[in-house]
Amino acid sequence: MSETNPHPTEAKPGQAAAASSAGEPYLVVDDLTVRFPTADGLVQAVSNLSYSVELGKTLGIVGESGSGKSVSSMAVLGLHDERSAQISGSIRVDGKDIVGLSDAQMRQMRGNTVAMIFQDALAALHPFYRVGAQLTEAYRIHHPSASKKEARRRAVEMLDRVGIPEPQSRVDDFPHQFSGGMRQRVMIAMGLINDPSLLIADEPTTALDVTVQAQILDLLQDLQREFNSAIIMITHDLGVIAEMADDVLVMYSGRAVEYGPCKEILTHPEMPYTWGLLSSVPDVSSDINARMIPIPGTPPSLLHPPKGCAFEARCNHSDKVGGDLCATTLPDMRSGGRGQTHLKRCHLPDPDAIFLSEVLPQIAPELAASESNQSSEES
Amino acid sequence: MFGYVVRRLMSSVLVILLASFAVFAIFYLGPSSPAQPVCEGSGRACTPERLANIEKSMGLDKPVLEAYGTYMKGVVVGRDVVIGAAEYDCGAPCFGVSYGTRAQVTDELKERIVPTILIAIGGSLVFLTVGVGIGIAAAARRGTIGDRVMVSGSLLVSSVPYYLLCLLAWLYLTLKTDIFPTTGYFPLSDGDPFKTFTGLLLPCLVLGVASSPVYARYSRGQMVDTLGDDFIRTAKAKGLRGRTVLFKHALRAAIVPIVTIFGLDFGTLLAGTIFTEKIFDVQGIGVWGLDAIRPPQDLPILTVTVLIGAVFIVVSNLIVDLVYGVLDPRVRLG
Repeated sequence: MSETNPHPTEAKPGQAAAASSAGEPYLVVDDLTVRFPTADGLVQAVSNLSYSVELGKTLGIVGESGSGKSVSSMAVLGLHDERSAQISGSIRVDGKDIVGLSDAQMRQMRGNTVAMIFQDALAALHPFYRVGAQLTEAYRIHHPSASKKEARRRAVEMLDRVGIPEPQSRVDDFPHQFSGGMRQRVMIAMGLINDPSLLIADEPTTALDVTVQAQILDLLQDLQREFNSAIIMITHDLGVIAEMADDVLVMYSGRAVEYGPCKEILTHPEMPYTWGLLSSVPDVSSDINARMIPIPGTPPSLLHPPKGCAFEARCNHSDKVGGDLCATTLPDMRSGGRGQTHLKRCHLPDPDAIFLSEVLPQIAPELAASESNQSSEES
Repeated sequence: MFGYVVRRLMSSVLVILLASFAVFAIFYLGPSSPAQPVCEGSGRACTPERLANIEKSMGLDKPVLEAYGTYMKGVVVGRDVVIGAAEYDCGAPCFGVSYGTRAQVTDELKERIVPTILIAIGGSLVFLTVGVGIGIAAAARRGTIGDRVMVSGSLLVSSVPYYLLCLLAWLYLTLKTDIFPTTGYFPLSDGDPFKTFTGLLLPCLVLGVASSPVYARYSRGQMVDTLGDDFIRTAKAKGLRGRTVLFKHALRAAIVPIVTIFGLDFGTLLAGTIFTEKIFDVQGIGVWGLDAIRPPQDLPILTVTVLIGAVFIVVSNLIVDLVYGVLDPRVRLG
């Protein structure tokens, strides 16, 4: 990152200056809680969320609508209105805690070192301004000394970089004159125009068809290799996760329920909600008559979250836990039998065994067969 | 674009022609003969024979289409107008001769239209700045005390009947105090533009203030909607200042429907502001038409005031549609 913040945060008296500790990941979210007071009560959108992302790495955040994926990421950009959101915990970007920073201080970071690309670029781009104007605006706000000409050159360069043909002329088009995939590229170009160290992609491929989706994901990976930026990929598509992510964070009802390396989570998930997500992915390579298994029920209200595990009411496996532990006690995020990096929020005593013996045969019988062969050979 | 403009212009002309015929027909086929006011206004008793004579001299005994044709021909090339025994040379564009003053209607129209236009422009400037300004400010502070004060304040103003507001303003600001000592219209041709300005200042302010609540509430609603749009979140995520987000991004999108209703309102204002003109003694189109409708009715004046109103509304509609294509690049006229 060649750009340094021209106005470093002044250390306030009585407040320990957040020093950038060497070796700490670029983004560290620690015990983040976001609540929205409403007329009906306090909406607990995100509770005690912790994760981190290193430069050059991609964290995938999965979960269904309302699980707090977007809300937590918006908090990283400081996009929540302080009048309507209560935020606690810490969000350290490059070692500096940004929770409670003034709007002016946040603006230095927004779109500059931390940028966000949104889903549905048609709605997320201003309909009445040419894409060139929107790109140069994003550039010049963080490069006040850049002339209009330089900013335009930069905009064309970025459009070219994200694979838009004839960027010299397309820069003067309006967003509605682009196709869906091209529009999402414009969105990405805008997010990357200031070489951000952290890019938050909020379902960047949701509105696109699969071929375009693959192109966009490839593009993001190329750009990540080139700029060595950290990426948070918010999605509800496990296919996207498998393709992109180094680490995976599964969210449910505002909390992390499983967190670990991507391969680990996808092959040895230890939380029944993650099992449910895997079971509800259609598999084109499998038997055409194979059934997709949906998760029954709906998530609990964020106004009155249950005392115990939020997934308990929808969980098929809670009977394997002694007593009514699932209903009364919220499990901690802790590691199980599969190493320190794999955290899950579940009371089940040996979830990996249950997954291999009960869940995997249902969703991928061939895989389950080979897994059991492997383990019998090992033993 | 060009083809669209031509088509819209032609259909506008058609609408104006239809309106003019409707206006003409209403008076021509009305419950009393159009010649009645002339007959009664002459000072002598109006016998049926005299009425029939006058009708004949004015060409009112002919079928309505023929009479309308004569009228429209007069508009284009001028004609001789006969009222009772007198004959007047009425040059194009001839909208007839006033029964009362026996002056050509077109001449008075030219004078009367100036103060009406000035009030419409002045009043619009006031309600666009005050009304839309309050709307933006309230939307930006949505849910706060300031928002509530502005919303309920504009509700208060809008619940005062307009004529009462005019009267109170005139009573307390012109009659009882010297804040606006001389209100009314002093023609620009008097050579004192400052007096023209000060004379119309209070009417414009009152008109503007009275219309502000509508614009405040409408633009607040538009702004609140727009501020919830995705592209506003994008603008914030770029790191733009709140003010830039509000004015450059939100207002730019919210202004389009505001311009639409403004265009239609402005057309209505140009058709005459009867209360404003009457109470502040401004000799504009509205008062002209009001006076003409009182017995003895001055039909040529009534016709032209209704007609000019129709023209203004059709034209402002046309302009709104064209401006829409300029303001919203997604709209392709054609």
